[in-house]
Amino acid sequence: MTERSILLGNEAIALGLLEAECTMAASYPGTPASEILRALASLKERHKLDLHLEWSINEKAAFEVALANSYTGRRSATIMKQVGLNVAADPLMSAAYTGVKGGFVLISADDPGPHSSQTEQDSRLIAMVAKIPVFDPSSPEEAREYARRACALSEKHEIPVMLRPTTRVCHARQDMDLRPVPHPKQFPLFEKNPGRWAATPKFRLVLHRQLNEKLARISRDPDCAPQLVNGDALGPGTRDGGRACIVGSGVVTAHAQEILGELGLWDRVPFYRLPMPYPLPESFRDDLLSSYDRILILEETDPVIELQLQNREKIFGRTTGHVPTAGELLPEVVEGILRSFLGLDPSPPVEPPAYPGRRPTLCAGCPHRAAFFAIKKAFPKGIYPGDIGCYTLGLNLGVVDTVLCMGASINQAAGFYHAYRSARRDMPPICATIGDSTFFHAGVPALMNAVVQGARFVLVVLDNSTTAMTGHQPTPALGRNLDGIPVPRLSIAELAKACGVRSVAEGDPYDFDRFLDLLKAAGRHAGAEDGGVAVVIAKRPCLMDRNQPRTWPRLRIEVNEKCKGCDFCVKQFECPALRPRGEKEPIVIDDSLCSGCGVCVRVCPHGALEAVSEGH
Amino acid sequence: MQQIIVSGIGGQGVLFVTKLLAQTAVDTGRSVLLSETHGMAQRGGNVISHLKVAPREQSGTSPVSPLVRPGHADVLLALHPDALAAHGFFLRPGGRAFCNASGTTAEGSLDASAIAGSLGSAVSANLVLLGFAAASGALFCDPAQLETTLARIGGKRTESSLAAFRAGLKAASAP
Repeated sequence: MTERSILLGNEAIALGLLEAECTMAASYPGTPASEILRALASLKERHKLDLHLEWSINEKAAFEVALANSYTGRRSATIMKQVGLNVAADPLMSAAYTGVKGGFVLISADDPGPHSSQTEQDSRLIAMVAKIPVFDPSSPEEAREYARRACALSEKHEIPVMLRPTTRVCHARQDMDLRPVPHPKQFPLFEKNPGRWAATPKFRLVLHRQLNEKLARISRDPDCAPQLVNGDALGPGTRDGGRACIVGSGVVTAHAQEILGELGLWDRVPFYRLPMPYPLPESFRDDLLSSYDRILILEETDPVIELQLQNREKIFGRTTGHVPTAGELLPEVVEGILRSFLGLDPSPPVEPPAYPGRRPTLCAGCPHRAAFFAIKKAFPKGIYPGDIGCYTLGLNLGVVDTVLCMGASINQAAGFYHAYRSARRDMPPICATIGDSTFFHAGVPALMNAVVQGARFVLVVLDNSTTAMTGHQPTPALGRNLDGIPVPRLSIAELAKACGVRSVAEGDPYDFDRFLDLLKAAGRHAGAEDGGVAVVIAKRPCLMDRNQPRTWPRLRIEVNEKCKGCDFCVKQFECPALRPRGEKEPIVIDDSLCSGCGVCVRVCPHGALEAVSEGH
Repeated sequence: MQQIIVSGIGGQGVLFVTKLLAQTAVDTGRSVLLSETHGMAQRGGNVISHLKVAPREQSGTSPVSPLVRPGHADVLLALHPDALAAHGFFLRPGGRAFCNASGTTAEGSLDASAIAGSLGSAVSANLVLLGFAAASGALFCDPAQLETTLARIGGKRTESSLAAFRAGLKAASAP
């Protein structure tokens, strides 16, 4: 009997890539895609496979590294989340034209909902813009199968192919059979062909025509054809009630399938699941429109299938207002859509929760909280451009005013500076924050730009020595690669200096008073006659990263009689270990959460919090 | 098919309890489909898992969606008192809720944190509550099957985890 194992959707995708004999994968972490590369790494170790895996510095780098492997005829994958795909959009558009040699799978994990993203954008729409095929799995097992299929299709037609799972596929788990993982046998052979790999604009026009031809061929490939998943529904006498059908892709079709079964309609309403929502075959479109009077389109998040079925009378979906145009299509939402489309009574209402939910906050003892509190103290009434990462939660503390995309805090700080300077207005203090991984990702070019354009502000690099929010992936400052092999270690301070910053300091935010002094000195440099951008690196490892040393003396915090329950610490410092008990009641320390960092002692204006003893 | 919701806050072991239930289901010849919370959860937000357990045979209408609909859960395990307020709406009429709460004698409630604390293992409240729920017969499996799984995948903490689970079982039969 084969082994049956419960796999996370992202682990299933990793397995599918290896079953397709991928020899390289490059990724930048981002929820919900982060676990795919980690799963590849553990499979590599378990099966002793020869493959190159890397956490790249950003998604553009990941894409281009993996693409070169494919140019040598070997199969490759590049892995990111939907927002990361924006960073890799430049090479993607071009790679669609040059095409590939070895199978090349671009995995872009989408986040309808959005559970942990700035946008709900639909990567399938980007695939359409780039003119590449896209697979849209509806379950972990299907994601594994489609990863394999995407790789094969890519190699067969020499075109990048996208696999677009969503959060509910990436972070679902399902039991499935395990099979032996093959050892890849492809040798690299780069065949020079400048007309293709280095095509000038004139040849690009030729490549564009070839791309269109490829797409037309792919749309007719039987391996990717739309599937009628309930064949019985086409049987005689089951098409009563005005010839309706459902067409869709992704996890929303799984919700719909289950609900149709419950409503007793599974064998009555034809249901087409599309492995590849783009490009759709013309014959499918024509058959659909001639066979049915009413066609419901279910897909997340944007109308990709719908846009390819141009018909204003028969199509029901987003463009007709039958499907919501934002938000996750949760099963309860799908039930409402189905009932309305099929003319059934609405489902009985479920009592909505009155509970507001707990808002996310930085962990107890998080060094970022200490750094933010110091920034607020050093630059009251400042402008605080923020960035993407755990530290976005600095907005709870009032120290993050803007969040746009990775690296934007530095560019926006420069923009704020130029806005006030050119209008000859009093300059408020500007203090931008960015994490270490994000600094490497998109901060360095931004910092170079700020320096050479003469901007002046304080930049605090919140360096917790890891990519914390996505599950502690290494940064270029670690000095080890994914396999644990020593590699050159990059210094944020040296990089900042190389970008032309003349004031660079490093401090531990737990060492609160000294850190505050560093910030004030940086502020003076930014404002001085001959000043410029000043960088302060707030260095203290992430508490949740078990690979980091825990080197601070753990303090035991007690609340003394001076605490009158003003709740200043709770509101201004917001550490979850500080628990209010109500107005004018002294607060309590939650020992199960307190990390013993002792920063709150510096926060209380009344001296009511004391570090009474030390221990480990 | 049985539909189960496990709810709590980051760090309470929601995912571990879900994993135990799922592995037990597969080890006893069933199929599972589940959805879990990743990302921001660690930072103090609500954590929720959806679990569907069904016979292995696949048919067109077996569970294929990883999410439980509001009003459709057979069992809710609430590892934190707030979890009932946050996710109680998932329960179907007649569904069973088990809640870790102090100072109440409501049906299905147990001060699992206090019991875990008395065992010297405050982080095991999740397993105390699981034992309590398993003893009620509301789950698809029996307590012995869960114990077998726990002994197999419990890792370094297996002994204290088993003690917590058994304390939960015992609490269910206490007057």
